Amino acid sequence: MNREYYGKLIFELSRPGRRAYSLPANGCPEGATLLPEGLLRKSAPELPEVDEPTVVRHYNNMSTNNFGVDTGFYPLGSCTMKYNPKINEEMAVLPAMAGLHPLQPVSTVQGALEAYHTLQCYLAEIGGMAEFTLNPFAGAHGELTGLMVIRAWHDSRGDSKRTKVIVPDSAHGTNPASAAVAGLKVIEVKSMPDGTVDVEALSAVLDDSVAAVMMTNPNTMGIFESRVREIADMVHDAGALMYYDGANLNPMLGVARPGDMGFDVMHVNLHKTFSTPHGGGGPGAGPVGVRSGLEKFLPNPRVVKNADGSFGLSQSDGSLGSVSATLGNFAVQLRALSYILSLGCDGLAQAGRLATLNANYVKESLRDVYELPIDRVCKHEFVFDGLADKTSGVSTLNVAKRLLDHGYHAPTIYFPLLFHESLMIEPTETESRETLDEFIAVMRDIAREAAESPEVVKSAPHNTPVGLPDDTKAALSPKVTYFDLMQ
Amino acid sequence: MGHRYFPHTEADIESMLQRCGVASVDELYADVPPGLVLNRDYELPRSMSEKEVRDYFHRLCAANRPLTCFAGAGFYNHYSPAVVSSVISRSEFLTAYTPYQPEISQGTLQYIFEYQSMMSALTGMAVSNASMYDGTTATAEAMLMAVAASRKRNRVLVSQTLNPYTRKVIDTYARYHGVTVDDIRQIDGMTDLVDLQSKLEQDDVAGVIVATPNFYGLLEDYSGVAEMCHAHKALFIVNCVPSALGVIRTPGEWGADIAVGDGQSLGMPLSYGGPYLGFICCTRALMRKLPGRIVGATEDAGGQRVFVITLQAREQHIRREKATSNICSNQGLMALYATVYLSVMGAAGLREVCEKSMDGARYLVAALEKTGRMKLKYPSAPYLNEFVMTCDFDVDDFVARCVAGGILPGVKIADGEILIAVTEMNHRSEMDALAGIVENM
Repeated sequence: MNREYYGKLIFELSRPGRRAYSLPANGCPEGATLLPEGLLRKSAPELPEVDEPTVVRHYNNMSTNNFGVDTGFYPLGSCTMKYNPKINEEMAVLPAMAGLHPLQPVSTVQGALEAYHTLQCYLAEIGGMAEFTLNPFAGAHGELTGLMVIRAWHDSRGDSKRTKVIVPDSAHGTNPASAAVAGLKVIEVKSMPDGTVDVEALSAVLDDSVAAVMMTNPNTMGIFESRVREIADMVHDAGALMYYDGANLNPMLGVARPGDMGFDVMHVNLHKTFSTPHGGGGPGAGPVGVRSGLEKFLPNPRVVKNADGSFGLSQSDGSLGSVSATLGNFAVQLRALSYILSLGCDGLAQAGRLATLNANYVKESLRDVYELPIDRVCKHEFVFDGLADKTSGVSTLNVAKRLLDHGYHAPTIYFPLLFHESLMIEPTETESRETLDEFIAVMRDIAREAAESPEVVKSAPHNTPVGLPDDTKAALSPKVTYFDLMQ
Repeated sequence: MGHRYFPHTEADIESMLQRCGVASVDELYADVPPGLVLNRDYELPRSMSEKEVRDYFHRLCAANRPLTCFAGAGFYNHYSPAVVSSVISRSEFLTAYTPYQPEISQGTLQYIFEYQSMMSALTGMAVSNASMYDGTTATAEAMLMAVAASRKRNRVLVSQTLNPYTRKVIDTYARYHGVTVDDIRQIDGMTDLVDLQSKLEQDDVAGVIVATPNFYGLLEDYSGVAEMCHAHKALFIVNCVPSALGVIRTPGEWGADIAVGDGQSLGMPLSYGGPYLGFICCTRALMRKLPGRIVGATEDAGGQRVFVITLQAREQHIRREKATSNICSNQGLMALYATVYLSVMGAAGLREVCEKSMDGARYLVAALEKTGRMKLKYPSAPYLNEFVMTCDFDVDDFVARCVAGGILPGVKIADGEILIAVTEMNHRSEMDALAGIVENM
């Protein structure tokens, strides 16, 4: 990373009279248009005036102040930062896909619809579901869509009193937020000391006002919920449905399917399990799958395969409505399809198991110096509750910042909320033993350093492009545009 | 041999299992009840080589028919400068996640800050968030924002001139969130402000949503609308096309509280529907009600200017079920796309895009009307680069004939009506070809 080039905003490189664009002549008479003055903006927008080389150098230098999976090890728990294969990028921008208008007649987009339909069928096989929609734009959007499916199903049965969703207290923050946006009330259920769902507590709140139970399996601690089938039976007996948050699907690839565990509705994050790049926070995709009998509630439009082998779009009467104008983040879907084809059934079966092996290897290699609150076999990830030796006062935040000095992205910190010093590590299957060994050595060094010279850890980071930012100052008088800075 | 994406040798696996104290990887799954284990391979093809994947996609591509595009309806075929795809493929941008660790994420944080600044300049609003999924969901989120800001109102008014695809998504969110959505009537393709006034009188409206340019491509005059809304304590929400904002009056100048829309018109590939970019901007007074992430400037320990995610107390991971939005990730890379596009184009480039598109649109309207078979539906209304034509022939038949000739002529919006968009990408020769097909109808 590049301390040297850290600095200016593109606005600060602007000089009047420079430009970086060129546009074609269109052969039409110019200046034919006069619009009423009142409909025009009073002055030109304050955008930078820069030449092309300046734009390129500015953003390329900026990129060197960033850390991605291609830069180094990124063990960010619950985010599945696996390698993003390069072939996927090329397959996503082929001109005969990228040039298609979303409202073209279906006869002219048969290849695109086949790609969509094939991916939805593949995901249905992987999830053990009957059908998927690929329309939702992100995981949280998938959760919202899935909960709408569930409400539409209850409504179709005239069962309108089901206004609650049960969510374990270890769930991702999006779960309760999605429920609230879908107009449902959240009941939070405490976890057992080992991090699994408290089945008795769940049973106590399960009544005919509950629309669904949201779970992820393995859960946020990376622990497989072995009683999931029993929970599903209980939930179904109470007339509610089971929702699977697919954020943690990766370790189950080739091992067990949410549909077989008793889940009725699920989403997957194509940007986690299916290797599409996270893009600094998006675009992702959050396809939603449903078991047989719930298909007609999926959002419109749906892609269907006709009897003659061609593909079409359909609008279902029972549908929850539309959650997007189009078929979603299509180019992201193409990347995921490319990934599944590259791995195949054989590669997918390895992916889940190697992710689990890598996580357990790191856990077992560090458990003597970091506190392991749940001492069990994990799946793709696990949680430490800070350093084993807490006398130095070195916090999880300090450890995370010290990791940056050593060229690693930090694990997820202070989540899940079950522990005070959560440090959540997910190595993924695409990391080699050597990478893990180096990371383990650095984590051990930091633990030793915390005991021997805690101030060094507490004042980290020391050699990143910028130092620890003052968050309080940022929030106190927010400066959120260049123009705020100029005032 | 393992798969090319997995570094593990047999020896690695052996030694790692030893460290874990188990004899096989399957032992790590001993807690999965046998009845749940899938004791077979997925019914999927076996792994493919890169060449085979490439061939597979080329076969799919061959089944598509790229067309000369005169379709818009919210999705526009603008030129994308080469610099943009070059920058967004930088893997430090592409393969990073949400900038949770600001010390090693200044690249992402700084472009989001630049993006927010540019969206503020374009829309004339004080504040922008870090981006949303697309224009339809961003508009739905603006509705939820208005409802939350009003505290006890749950009715919004939406002009019939808003893009119907956006309207569908608004209706879905509203239905499940318990919001009532009522139409503001349209007259001759324009929002009926008398109807709006009368519907505001009940003093129960949280927000009013209108569009510019509207679905029919028309520029509406919203003078006095902000005052009307504010007199009844409703928020004024303007859905807009950012490419046009280089020229047309901004939501800020109309007195909007929230500006919202899709960033696709900023040179993003049509890509059969996505990914695009939703944007949402607002007044400073509403900043703490904005959904999604916001980046702010601050200083590091050494006094250097740095950027961080700020005002996080609004967000789902803090507020959980009390959050008014569930959005987590933004559309990061597409925000970078918009930022680089706007850096390349600047104000002059945006203006030129608009002018060329308008010149082309005037030329095409004249050419189509000259056939005597098509007429501009709203001849006295101001428009930019998109317009509705009425036809004296069957639109489906027309579209089919155009497609056979390699042209997507527009989007049918009713019997005998087609919505046509022209951009700087369309040459006069293509317009002549389109008019030629009309002559032969």
